[in-house]
Amino acid sequence: MTAASAPLPPASLVEPEEVDTTRKSTKMSRADARAAAVKGKLSSPWTSLIAILIAIVWTVPTFGLLITSFRPRSEIRTSGWWTLPWNFELTLENYQEALFGSSTSLATYFVNSIVITLPAVIIPIALALLAAYAFAWIDFKGRNILFVAVFALQVVPIQVTLIPLLSQYVDWGIAGSFWVIWLSHSIFALPLAIYILHNFMKDIPPSLVEAARMDGAGHVKIFFQVLMPLLTPAIASFAIFQFLWVWNDLLVALTFAGGTTDVAPLTVRLAELSGTRGSQWQLLSAGAFIALVVPLIVFLSLQRYFVRGLLAGSVKG
Amino acid sequence: MDWFIEADSVGHKFALMFVAILLFVGIMGAILFGIDKLKRVPIWVVVAGFLGPTLIFVVFGLVYPGLNTIKLSLYDAKSKNFVGLDNYVTAFTQDQFQTVLRNTMLWVVLVPILATAIGLIYAVLVDRTRYESLAKTLIFLPMSISLVGASIIWKFVYEYKPNQGNIQQIGLANQILVWLGLEPYQFLLNQPWNTFFLIAVMIWIQAGFAMTVLSAAIKAIPDDITEAARLDGLHGVGMFRFITVPSIRPALVVVITTIAMGTLKVFDIVRTMTGGNFNTSVVAYEFYTQSFRAQQAGLGAALAVILFVLVIPIIVYNVRQLRLSEEIR
Amino acid sequence: MNGTRRRRSYVAAAAAGASLALVLTACSSDDDGGGGGDDASSSTDCAAFEQYGDLEGKSISVYTSIVDPESVQQTDSYIPFEECTGATIEYEGSREFEAQLPVRLQAGNPPDIAYIPQPGFLASIVADYPDVVVAAPQAVIDNANEYYTEGWVNYGTVDGTLYATPLGANVKSFVWYSPAAFEENGYEIPTTWDDLLALTDTIAADFPDAKPWCAGIESGDATGWPATDWLEDVLLRTAGPEVYDQWVTHEIPFNDPQVLTALEAVGGILKNADYVNGGLGDVQSIATAPWNESANGIPDQTCFLHRAANFYQANWDEGLTVAEDGDVYAFYLPGESADDKPLLGGGEFVTAFADRPEVQAFQAYLSSPEWANAKAAATGQGWLSANSGLDPELLQSPIDKLSFDLLTDDSYTFRFDGSDQMPGAVGADAFWKQMTAWIAEDQSDAETLDNIEAAWPASS
Repeated sequence: MTAASAPLPPASLVEPEEVDTTRKSTKMSRADARAAAVKGKLSSPWTSLIAILIAIVWTVPTFGLLITSFRPRSEIRTSGWWTLPWNFELTLENYQEALFGSSTSLATYFVNSIVITLPAVIIPIALALLAAYAFAWIDFKGRNILFVAVFALQVVPIQVTLIPLLSQYVDWGIAGSFWVIWLSHSIFALPLAIYILHNFMKDIPPSLVEAARMDGAGHVKIFFQVLMPLLTPAIASFAIFQFLWVWNDLLVALTFAGGTTDVAPLTVRLAELSGTRGSQWQLLSAGAFIALVVPLIVFLSLQRYFVRGLLAGSVKG
Repeated sequence: MDWFIEADSVGHKFALMFVAILLFVGIMGAILFGIDKLKRVPIWVVVAGFLGPTLIFVVFGLVYPGLNTIKLSLYDAKSKNFVGLDNYVTAFTQDQFQTVLRNTMLWVVLVPILATAIGLIYAVLVDRTRYESLAKTLIFLPMSISLVGASIIWKFVYEYKPNQGNIQQIGLANQILVWLGLEPYQFLLNQPWNTFFLIAVMIWIQAGFAMTVLSAAIKAIPDDITEAARLDGLHGVGMFRFITVPSIRPALVVVITTIAMGTLKVFDIVRTMTGGNFNTSVVAYEFYTQSFRAQQAGLGAALAVILFVLVIPIIVYNVRQLRLSEEIR
Repeated sequence: MNGTRRRRSYVAAAAAGASLALVLTACSSDDDGGGGGDDASSSTDCAAFEQYGDLEGKSISVYTSIVDPESVQQTDSYIPFEECTGATIEYEGSREFEAQLPVRLQAGNPPDIAYIPQPGFLASIVADYPDVVVAAPQAVIDNANEYYTEGWVNYGTVDGTLYATPLGANVKSFVWYSPAAFEENGYEIPTTWDDLLALTDTIAADFPDAKPWCAGIESGDATGWPATDWLEDVLLRTAGPEVYDQWVTHEIPFNDPQVLTALEAVGGILKNADYVNGGLGDVQSIATAPWNESANGIPDQTCFLHRAANFYQANWDEGLTVAEDGDVYAFYLPGESADDKPLLGGGEFVTAFADRPEVQAFQAYLSSPEWANAKAAATGQGWLSANSGLDPELLQSPIDKLSFDLLTDDSYTFRFDGSDQMPGAVGADAFWKQMTAWIAEDQSDAETLDNIEAAWPASS
């Protein structure tokens, strides 16, 4: 950690022994200490108020859409969703239409979305981990320039890559297959993935890597045994965002796969819910929530990887 | 070969997916295994093993199209005749372009700073609380909702209806104004504040990203440090100022940079909410319109190149951070 | 050519049992369809399809901007062709069609057939991709000349070569109103422009709390297009079709004084605070009111008149009947005099990017009356064609029938939507944006037109 760069260097002020003494004297376990810290923090009503306020401001608009998605169109356009208690009228019609209104079963699109998303998350993360390792822990000439160049590629808008990439895929005869979607998503994700993972990787104390090198570990061993466990939170957070990006992507799927039902993901179906001239937009609110279910499950299930003290434990060891 | 290209049954699709992942894992494993087995290989072989696949991907998929864009920006609308810097002249002399640049600057300054600040404060406040998981999910929601969903969500915040007779507000913000006894306001129309209301949508989306990454970083702060600081009498704001923020500094740089880069490129919010009207357009949206609707390939490419240029300060900032952390190391 | 996506199965063929039966009974009125899908092919009268030959195992990819639910009506209308020839139609609709088609063409991944909604877009595709776009074969030329008026054939013609035939058509010169409200207040349907303005004044005087007109031009990234239709419709009336044609082809500048006159006339309604914007706010609110919902004040009687095309009928709340004696209906936007009857409209054009026999056969089918009738039968309401072989009895909505009557009535002078014929930089960008600024920022008439003129690409 770069705690060393803190304006107030705590390590030099506080001797480890001192911690131990305190702990013994107060007979406070680590968990108790944590609980105390929490208490101390939340005892300030202002901080909890701010947190609750942010949570409300961030949630209310979405909550409004949730209610809207259950209201009939004529109600939606004449009264606000917050008037629901006074004119209580709910319908499942929007969901009915969004789920079953298509000539193709929505399950087909769900399957396509999953088949597209998993490799499009795993492949770039794996590639980026290797590249980030090289940038962070292998000393070679031109390393920093190369890293900055890759990092700067984030700014290339996907739109300018469409024609060159598609021409190539057509030449190779693989346009319209899952392969080009996986490949394209991987390419677009790499600069950001490398950037994020590199910065977290660089953050790991060099002493750990040095120690492993002393023990005769090669790059591969260092990579898997020393670094990977420490990077779990970073990988988990990037995985979530790559997942979201791919899951919600319309442009890449439309361009490289075409909208045909063999490969089209859920977003292609959602985008057309509103009809040719956009008049059925109330269906979009239902569609948005149907599409939201999977990312939420992913977020909740990956959250347990943001575990406290992964790094802390190893620093002490 | 057809088996790999065409997949129309569910089983086939999943099989193909596993084949793809296995194939990829196999290739990567082989490369790593090779590097590990060969003792005393020159350093460039190791580097090539770790970096090679990535470089092939980005050169093919990003560098080449990027260079191609620079080339196209020097050609006319049909990409046939060389016109030199004409497209850039056109871009900069468009009467609206000053506004577009100003808006882009507002976006790229306000969104990263405010989204990161809110995400950070929130991450610290809910850290270690009983409702942490729920609290984080709430802020994360906007991030995971599709853009189509987000634009409808904000329609029901900003929508304007006149304050007359039996007409009810359907936009929450205007309803609140009416409840407060004020006149409804044209949030998306009235300049220059409309740009700020669009920016608010992006902050609303990006705060979830900042919160998630920063929360992971906060959790990675070694307990020794926080406990030591606490024993040293640091609490609340002091802890935040002297321990939390400095400890997660690298993560902050990552978050601010990532959001800034994303903000430079984003045009969907402008596209769906105002269509670039009412002086709310940004460079990325102009690029999109010129390239794909007005069929001005050259001008569109020039605007994309202007985007490349706008990112230089962010790169410089990161290079300096990189140097700084190397020195520390 | 992309040979990889050909095998797509069109699932709706199975799902569309009901509409299938509808189409088939329409095709062969002598047979009652028997008992469902299995003997359907035997009940289809395939005689008209023999000219296309046996296309068993062939497939044709179609790329359009028409999506669900309208796309189902499209694909249903192909069923007779698929049944009789054995060919398969792979349909793909996307709302990103206009941005995606050039990408696919340039990347060498064209569809076999695309339905292009703008003649201007067609012209630029022919100019940019002369090797990719395929001129219409003889059978299509024959159909075009037989079933379409010269005007319609011309919209699909670029530099003397016919590339595309019209698919659907729409009529934009309509004013929506509530027949009940008109009857209640004793209002007559105006037959001249002056009558319309007089009616507007009467309504404004009768209903101080409401406004005569309502309008909305918000349409996402296409915001402003309904305002361009206003200007085109009024220009046809104040300057006449000849001037209109010169203006569209840029023989006269965009900011010609005659256009200024027309824009002033539009402003006389849209920028008159006494006339707009019923139930939606002030003049400025036109710029932010969603087009799809802008006429909802008519059944609520917060406004009385709304100029919009026949396809606005899809936007009314469920439960409202669209008919002359129903809840809402539309009358023809009158000309200067009762005899002066210009008609603004639009449509899509079937363009081919392959010359395989099956593609040409399908192209010919789409330009035939057989298809127009199958489509009309498959569509509940909200579709019509300019194909003179279309049986008007098959049109199920009164407004569709009225539109078809106007389109085929010789006393009306038809003109295609002007912005759809102009280069993209004007017709799909500057024209929309400047009209929006004209309303939202109260930009002057002259400045608006000057700005659009300045955006006209030098080469065109």
